[in-house]
Amino acid sequence: MSVVEISGVSKEFKGGTVALQDIDLAIEQGEFISLIGPSGCGKSTLLRIIGDLIEPTGGSVTVNGKSARRAREDHDYGIVFQDAVLYNWRTVAKNVALPLELAGWDRDKRRRRVEEMLDLVELRGFGEHHPWQLSGGMQQRVSIARALSFEPSLLLMDEPFGALDEMTRERLNAELLRIWQASGSTVVFVTHSIPEAVFLSTRVVVMSPRPGRISKVIPIDLQQPRTAATREEPRFFELATEVREALHLGGLVEVTA
Amino acid sequence: MTLALGRRAGDWAPALVVAIAVLGLWEGIVKGFHIQRFLLPAPDAIWRSFRDNQGTLWHAGWFTFQEALGGFAIGCGVAILFAIVVARWDTLGSALMPYAIAANAIPIIAFAPITNAWFNPLNKTSKMVIAAVLCFFPVFVNVVRGLRSVKPQQLELMRSYAVGELTVFRLVRIPTALPFLFTALRVASVLAMIGAIVGEYYGGSLDSLGANINQDASLSQYEKAWAEIAIACIFGIGFYLAVALAERFATRWQPRMETAGS
Amino acid sequence: MVRAVGVNRTARRAALLLAVLAVLWGLWEGFRALGTHFNWQHPFPVNGTSMPHIHDMIWALFQHPNSSSPLLLVILLKAAAFTAKEAALGFAMGAVGGFVIGAALAHSRMLQRGFLPYVVASQTVPILAIAPMVVIWFTSPQVHAPAWIAVAVIASYLTFFPVAIATLRGLQAADHRALELMRSYAATRWTVLWKLRFPTALPYLFSALKVSATASIVGAIIGESPSSIAGGLGGAILNFAQYYTFQPQNLWATNLIAALLGIVFFLVVVAAEKIVVRSAPEHVA
Repeated sequence: MSVVEISGVSKEFKGGTVALQDIDLAIEQGEFISLIGPSGCGKSTLLRIIGDLIEPTGGSVTVNGKSARRAREDHDYGIVFQDAVLYNWRTVAKNVALPLELAGWDRDKRRRRVEEMLDLVELRGFGEHHPWQLSGGMQQRVSIARALSFEPSLLLMDEPFGALDEMTRERLNAELLRIWQASGSTVVFVTHSIPEAVFLSTRVVVMSPRPGRISKVIPIDLQQPRTAATREEPRFFELATEVREALHLGGLVEVTA
Repeated sequence: MTLALGRRAGDWAPALVVAIAVLGLWEGIVKGFHIQRFLLPAPDAIWRSFRDNQGTLWHAGWFTFQEALGGFAIGCGVAILFAIVVARWDTLGSALMPYAIAANAIPIIAFAPITNAWFNPLNKTSKMVIAAVLCFFPVFVNVVRGLRSVKPQQLELMRSYAVGELTVFRLVRIPTALPFLFTALRVASVLAMIGAIVGEYYGGSLDSLGANINQDASLSQYEKAWAEIAIACIFGIGFYLAVALAERFATRWQPRMETAGS
Repeated sequence: MVRAVGVNRTARRAALLLAVLAVLWGLWEGFRALGTHFNWQHPFPVNGTSMPHIHDMIWALFQHPNSSSPLLLVILLKAAAFTAKEAALGFAMGAVGGFVIGAALAHSRMLQRGFLPYVVASQTVPILAIAPMVVIWFTSPQVHAPAWIAVAVIASYLTFFPVAIATLRGLQAADHRALELMRSYAATRWTVLWKLRFPTALPYLFSALKVSATASIVGAIIGESPSSIAGGLGGAILNFAQYYTFQPQNLWATNLIAALLGIVFFLVVVAAEKIVVRSAPEHVA
């Protein structure tokens, strides 16, 4: 049974915009799926539908065999946004502990888990800092630590590294893969960046706009574990080209009508 | 937003110089030009009057301060409650805001004679009401703003945790609104004192500062009047600093806003 | 199409305004009715004197307060104009003065450190407490200025400091990237001031002006009171306060006019802001 099953999902916003039309996708346990496409292709909307933050106008979504709503109520997933969305009035440690507090964990258990998480994202010793004292990249790592703190089986990420510079981005990509493998979770990752999608994923889902739909699903057969060297392999370049061409076909057609 | 003034002692030197210079100049001009005392008493005359009347001065100051404090507590408390209710219903909130802002423009102080008619002018209540109404609008407007300034992504995050509205309110909206609240509380502290003192000008117990200032000014006891004004300033500044201190404590997680260098 | 939408929005706003007024009217009359019926003494004695009917208050505007005087409305409008003149003069002086001082402070760190603590502290001082003294001082035989000048001075004082602080803050709030752009154009200090810093400061300035507009009116009314300057609203308030038990609606009517004056002043600044700063952002009061 797939972790996420999306069948026939559509979403129409008020005013007539068709953000998504007839989306079918099955995501298996342990996969790393990237959703990539130009603005307006509905990738962020699809992510939010999986997380039950938006309701589809048609079709169905199941997560771990339950309805998306049930999955949300059962805390089956963690979510990371492009903006770290940390609370300035809490220390880093308290930020990471937030979902655990909400789940009713006792203090010692929380403390231990927070330490584990900060170790995982390599921010040991920063627990007592406040968010504004950290760089953008570090804030995002806290955000990831928070999302993983209750060890969800599913991780939803909406362009989490979009606001960071290229070098930080590449480093965080490598770290994310390490965390993914260590935690064994399934990841759905929205991105604008072709190299990022190819580097991280087991499958790349290319989407196109007007109306939002999946134009192509590309399996990425690069070796795990992936390193900086992977980016320089010829196969990497081939796959990136394949993604790029799918994008061009799908939504970036320049028509002189 | 508080302007962050230099914390090093040296930064305060120019301000000290100005203070000494102004006081010295004041004293010099008054004495040197033999300015009549009712135009502008000399600082040392005021100081003497202050020293001589300390007991009554502090007593009157405390009396008036109690009115200000009471009005402050009532006005701000009611404003916060109203703001929480209004912020809950977004459309109602945005519809009412312009009216609250306009209501802030009404010279509330003009109602002092009416509150004196409603309540015994010798009682503290009549002045507390004025102070309370003065405090209400700034606090109301700001708290509503603060409660509604939560970023949509913060709400999405909370939704992903499937928590109830009350928890979202407690964990997100209230801390976000705190800085806005305290800005308004600082303004309200000054308004409360003003409301109390000016309310007393329209009629008040002789135990109060305002009535005393009025009386002393009309009896040409200008040094005493200025000493009373000094007491009013001391209480006023003290109140403001107390609120500012509370703000520092409650929002100590806030990154300090420094003024940009030119 | 756009025209229709505009009319629609104005109609909705007007309807909302009427609704708000109607609710307030209802609350007043309701409270009064219940209070008079049940003879409430708390929080204050509710009866026909302490809470006149709202329609009586409005009706009073079209009566003669006593046999020899004109309509109350005429008296009050004249008084309002008198007060407005004082307040406007004070407001203008305070705004200009505040702006100049704020700009001067913005340019010199040393001046800032010397004077800023007092400028900030002055905000915490209950300035209005001095109002009666200032009026007495100006009208004394030595200085012998007309009383309305004293009142204008009070109004200007209340305007001066908020405007100075807002100017200082606003002039320093320019984005440093915009400043760097100006440097790349080798712009002079004056150019930077007028083309960049000043426009950046405008929202802060208007925030302060909106508060000051009301403060000037309040300062004018308070300033008029102790010396019973007969011509203005402050004097009218004192006058009708004396006869409150006989004609309570007159005092209320006066307050109505005073409230309208405050709102009008405020709206004038808002309108000015809309014209000067094409899109007026909402700012923390």
